[in-house]
Amino acid sequence: MSVVTPHRPELRSGSDGFAQLLRAEWTKFRTVRGWVLGTAVVLLLIVGLGVLTTANSVCSMPGTPQNPNPACPAPPTGPGGEWVSDSFYFVRQPLAGNGAITVRVTSLTGRYSTHPGLAPGQSATAGMTPGVQPWSKAGIIIKASTAQGSAYAAMMVTGSHGVRMQWDFTHDVPGLAGKVSAASPRSLRLTRSGDVIRGYDSIDGRHWTLVGTATLSGLPASVQAGMFAATPGHSVFSTSLGSSSALGGPALATATFDRVNRQGTWPAGRWTGEDILGPTDNALLASAQGFTQAGGRFTVSGAGDIAPAADNGPGGREAALGGTFAGLIAVVVIGVMFITAEYRRGLIRTTFTASPRRGRVLAAKAVVLAAVTFAAGLIGVAITIPLGDHLLRENGNPIAPLPALTLARIIVGTAALLAVAAVLALAVGALLRRSAAAVTAVIAGVVLPYLLAVVPGVLPVGVEEWLVRVTPAAAFAIQQATPAYPQVDATYTPGAGYFPLAPWAGFTVLCAWAAVALALAAFALRRRDA
Amino acid sequence: MTAMSAADDGEQAWWGGPRDVLHAEWTKLRTVAGPGALLLAAIALTTAVGAIAANAVTCPSGGCQIDPVKASLTGIYLGQATVAIVAVTSVSGEYSTGMMRLTLTAIPRRWQVLAAKAAVTGAAVLAAGTVAVLASMLAGRLLLYGHGITPAQGYEAMSLGTGPVLRAAAGSALYLTLIALLGLGIAAAIRDSAVSIGVVLGLLYLFPIVTNFVGNQHLQRHLEQISPMTAGLYIQATTNLRSLPLSPWQGLGVLAAWAAGALLGGGLLLCRRDA
Repeated sequence: MSVVTPHRPELRSGSDGFAQLLRAEWTKFRTVRGWVLGTAVVLLLIVGLGVLTTANSVCSMPGTPQNPNPACPAPPTGPGGEWVSDSFYFVRQPLAGNGAITVRVTSLTGRYSTHPGLAPGQSATAGMTPGVQPWSKAGIIIKASTAQGSAYAAMMVTGSHGVRMQWDFTHDVPGLAGKVSAASPRSLRLTRSGDVIRGYDSIDGRHWTLVGTATLSGLPASVQAGMFAATPGHSVFSTSLGSSSALGGPALATATFDRVNRQGTWPAGRWTGEDILGPTDNALLASAQGFTQAGGRFTVSGAGDIAPAADNGPGGREAALGGTFAGLIAVVVIGVMFITAEYRRGLIRTTFTASPRRGRVLAAKAVVLAAVTFAAGLIGVAITIPLGDHLLRENGNPIAPLPALTLARIIVGTAALLAVAAVLALAVGALLRRSAAAVTAVIAGVVLPYLLAVVPGVLPVGVEEWLVRVTPAAAFAIQQATPAYPQVDATYTPGAGYFPLAPWAGFTVLCAWAAVALALAAFALRRRDA
Repeated sequence: MTAMSAADDGEQAWWGGPRDVLHAEWTKLRTVAGPGALLLAAIALTTAVGAIAANAVTCPSGGCQIDPVKASLTGIYLGQATVAIVAVTSVSGEYSTGMMRLTLTAIPRRWQVLAAKAAVTGAAVLAAGTVAVLASMLAGRLLLYGHGITPAQGYEAMSLGTGPVLRAAAGSALYLTLIALLGLGIAAAIRDSAVSIGVVLGLLYLFPIVTNFVGNQHLQRHLEQISPMTAGLYIQATTNLRSLPLSPWQGLGVLAAWAAGALLGGGLLLCRRDA
């Protein structure tokens, strides 16, 4: 009977006892074997499923006897470090030092095929339909070299996006609107002064408007400059309920230039045509591309694209994050049990007797839970991503380069997502007090919308986007590796790894849900008997 | 004392008959507020989500690959979660309150308890599932026909008279029943509500997500074939059956195998362990 401890008021001194509350909740968490095991399970699921998905993502090319399983080639890398498409027909000559080039574009036309392959033996453009693609582009370009991925700045007319100035793949600034034609030609000008390239456009060739200023650091003294034409392939995205697929075929863009005016030192004095094409570019046969010169009039035909690569595709870093969802389910179970177990055992009455300010108890629980799940998630993802990269590389997959900040955002963001989801689960558990219903509610709110949004053929695209905007599943935007570029047409769907909300905006949606649930839970705890 | 002696007198008949065990389980299910409310919620959620999905289906230019029956039954994705709660709590709820010791004292043949629970919960879910499926298809028929997804446009007619539609409707109700049996088996093995429901929903929802992350079509196909939800829901397909990795009934068979495995495992553990 000597175990009865005397009342010790000095324990309640300090910062209103919140530190003691935290300590009490931490003691509860670490002494329940199931919860510690559960946290280990979260870690194992994240790493284990990440290994499963990456170890089975094999990229293989048709082999040769010397090299039976060659690795898939990586796309070229742009000056910003991202994967790019850099394939076009280039009518060029060197420009030494500063200078300028001015042209007038009088037409942009095109042909396209609705089928991926061309029949062998046919001429490359046989059976193609006349028509220009929305992002068919032709104009003038100043480029560091003819190597794919080298720095550039270009002024161009496009199929249906007006005049644009683009540089270094990711930058895109609109100029004059409207389509180009003989009746409404567009004059374009690029000037080089050191590393700075300015683009101008004009309707009449006399009054010029500055469209954009590009700074291409480290541009060599002698650059390649001239006219170009390119067009991405024709594609129709059918994203109905039954299936989502992109059908299409190669395309060709043809532009007519005149009034070509060069300023500065152009040592070669004559134009050279070159098809810039890499091994991974799926452009038209070289025979269809080319240029003709008649007096001051140039006709340039080209295929391909000068743009960031939009395909996240399999083999991306996202493959390693497949385990997040399993970890999330385990985290939700732990979060709910952290409060419902107290109700089941009646411990909650002791807890509230010891610290009658119930909101603070909930806050302490949330802090402990968030810290534990954040740590487990951070360790799990920080192990999985390098391990996944290694496995992907072993399997012949090229690894998309990621800026360090993006990588840090994915790792820290995923851990934070798990932590906030755990807090949401805690709050819903406190509200409902029934563990099965609370676990189901949170999983149906976080995981199910994501599932319905990414698995093709379940929901119409409009509903998919809405689901990952307003439900807590919006937070998975934090894992998006590649941004969606408006100047590239692609299937920007959640299933392809693109979310309608920006990464931190999506995460904020989850935080808002957790905050509302926590506030409701605090209110309910105060109003109800324990 | 009179009650005691009555029990002594009719001991054999009191707990021995399967009918009485069934009756006991039915009374438990009927007299607790949870299961009835949850089954009503399952009907409402299934129908509402199906109606939202059907309402969002548009095909302005025509010729879309839409399976109207599957679209109307989209709500099953959410409805099954509610059904799983009913099934899981019918076992784990007894463990959390200590009722299980009483149940097993009254009926020492533990397999009979599990079988009776499976029969009663399964029957209740089958009834609720049938209502949910019929309501979803009625809503889907009204909305899809309103959007021009009609048999006149070459889409499957939403009438129970045609074989594939009847298969999808009956199969979806069976699907929900099998989900309940799966939940029951897992709860009998795990006993804790939160962990059991987490495992059930993980089994259902994780397969398709992980499949989506795997960049290997061969493995993707295998994962789809063994996934309880993906394979089980092949029963809803009425068009494009050849593109599926399994036939509709084979797919439902995969889910049935999962449910049978869970019940078997749960039953063995129930018999071996202390309550």
